[in-house]
Amino acid sequence: MEAVHGHTNDHSHDDHAHKPSGIMRWVQSTNHKDIGTMYLWFSFTMFLVGGVMALIIRSELFQPGLQIVKPEFFNSMTTYHGLIMVFGAIMPAFVGFANWLIPMQIGAPDMAFPRMNNLSFWLLPPAALLLIAAQFMPGGGAGVGWTLYAPLSTQAGPAMDLTIFAVHILGMSSIMGSINIITTILNMRAPGMTMMKMPMFCWTWLITAYLLVAVMPVLAGAVTMTLTDRHFGTHFFNAAGGGDPVLYQHIFWFFGHPEVYIIAIPAFGVISQVIPAFSRKPLFGYASMVYATASIAILSFMVWAHHMYTAGMPVEAQLYFMYATVLIAVPTGVKVFNWVATMWKGSLTFETPMLFALGFLFLFTLGGFTGLVLSIVPVDVQLHDTYYVVAHFHYVMVAGALFSAFAGIYFWLPKWTGRMYNETLGKWHFWLSLVFFNVTFFVQHFLGLAGMPRRIPDYALQFAEFNAISSIGAFGFGLSQLLFLYIVIKTITSGEKAADRQWEGADSLEWTHLPSPAPWHSFETPPVVK
Amino acid sequence: MKSERANRRMMTRLSIFAVAMFGFGFALVPFYEKICEVTGINNLIKPAAAVVNTQVDKSRWVTLEFDANAHGLEWEFRPVQRSVRVHPGEMIQIEYDVRNNGAKAVVGQAIPSYGPKHAAPFVKKLECFCFKQQPLQAGESKRMPVQFVLDGALPADVNTITLSYTFFEVKGASTAPAKGGVQG
Repeated sequence: MEAVHGHTNDHSHDDHAHKPSGIMRWVQSTNHKDIGTMYLWFSFTMFLVGGVMALIIRSELFQPGLQIVKPEFFNSMTTYHGLIMVFGAIMPAFVGFANWLIPMQIGAPDMAFPRMNNLSFWLLPPAALLLIAAQFMPGGGAGVGWTLYAPLSTQAGPAMDLTIFAVHILGMSSIMGSINIITTILNMRAPGMTMMKMPMFCWTWLITAYLLVAVMPVLAGAVTMTLTDRHFGTHFFNAAGGGDPVLYQHIFWFFGHPEVYIIAIPAFGVISQVIPAFSRKPLFGYASMVYATASIAILSFMVWAHHMYTAGMPVEAQLYFMYATVLIAVPTGVKVFNWVATMWKGSLTFETPMLFALGFLFLFTLGGFTGLVLSIVPVDVQLHDTYYVVAHFHYVMVAGALFSAFAGIYFWLPKWTGRMYNETLGKWHFWLSLVFFNVTFFVQHFLGLAGMPRRIPDYALQFAEFNAISSIGAFGFGLSQLLFLYIVIKTITSGEKAADRQWEGADSLEWTHLPSPAPWHSFETPPVVK
Repeated sequence: MKSERANRRMMTRLSIFAVAMFGFGFALVPFYEKICEVTGINNLIKPAAAVVNTQVDKSRWVTLEFDANAHGLEWEFRPVQRSVRVHPGEMIQIEYDVRNNGAKAVVGQAIPSYGPKHAAPFVKKLECFCFKQQPLQAGESKRMPVQFVLDGALPADVNTITLSYTFFEVKGASTAPAKGGVQG
């Protein structure tokens, strides 16, 4: 980000005069690239914190019986592992991508509201500190599960209040970030950049941002009700006062199901950039991709109760939610077939970003299939709250969202830093991640089918072998990510110089119109798109 | 690129939308309440509508078992009879004893639950201590009736129904002795 090349499109020759140095550059930054970088580093830090929590969970589950941690602490670990990975790692990672890429891809000089952008980022560290501080409250962290279900959450200790405030702050950050993204995409496109010419990544983020503005306030409402039930004498979820704990589940999943797509859709966007670049073909079925993404987003509001088949529901409602959920497989299938058709007869090469994209394609589809299995009511009644569910959502979140984030980082690292990563090490990172991911999570399908319940620190003896395998895989997967950290640092410090258009198949504006590394200010004069 | 003003207008609109969605979350509360009321999913602590068919089915016996719990309350709470055998259509009255062993007055609300769950709509409660909040002074004890009719439409495979009450504390409610009639 330091160098400013004398490129024809860069008309800001006085960059350095405006750039404060040292820590204040970052604290006060209103530059979309700096903020994007901060989002990505924050997200990686949280990924390590949440990862350590996952390893604590897997250590305890390595053998049956209670060996390492107390059950209360175990519950707290499952809770905060989920919250930190969803709200601290995956979501900020994709907001980081959005910040870096959207202005460059649509030919805008920066985000629409640079100061609000700064605020969106700087709300995250205090929220993360609240989540970590919750561990040290009297009674320990709130072991209520990441879904924060009442009535457990209305009875939990003071850690719960910190968690609620953290969720409030994270929600505000997401809403402001989304308003910024929507405004940037709708109002600040370069001349000639029509909506249907935008790179797929921008489309997916536009739809995700709308989802975020629609559902984050609903989550804020749900945790606010929990807070007032705890301290201010309301009875939203208290049966004795005329409320209903199941109400919490309905409100939570009205947020929670769209949230699943908030995580998945930007991942689809990254994959839709990477696969065409390494197939040297344009994305197959661009328009159908846009409509499929929008359909997924709309359908996501209509299926929330499939998370609560066992909470007590009339059979008619179960049938409706089952059919509506199965319907989501149609637009998702359109996307998967389009990606495959993009590769059809393409000149494929398999650099690290493409490997991660293919890993995504294969494993995300597998996770989608187990989701389809779980959507069927009579099956779900058996599998609800077992390790089958844990395996399912780790296939879509880790092999889905996280692999796509890795694909995106390897893909754009040359553009961001102006340097190339080490291809051999990148491939090692991919294969280690792929193998250990499956060692960790594939066996959890079997555990779930055999009836092992999730969120319990101990288990019956017949589950011992698969749990031991899963724990070994988890440590392998966790350690492989240190290799990723090494690769990124090595790239920044001493990677080979990257070309302006490092991937000749990539055709969005940041590759075709900007040098590598992208200058601190880009597109102050908008490019003209044919 | 459009003007700064267009951006601000967009921000205002989206902010209003976000605030409206916060309100929507709260609007879901009465919405779900209405759905439960209309579909009869959650009418556990309301009297049954007038029982129309009071024909007693002498050919069929159903066993009702009674259970009692107090959640977070220092109350001694138990049914006077553990179980009764009844005919569908018969008017039955049973009683529960409750005593506040704590040092201060507390208001409790009993919430019923049924096993099997799908038997719930067939137990037509005409009178129940769970229809209102129960204040108990320190050391006070009470005998409370439950009056019900078992609906003859009860599925044939149900021979035993367990009716379980749990008392929860209602924080902040007035602990003055009840004068009757006020529904909780």
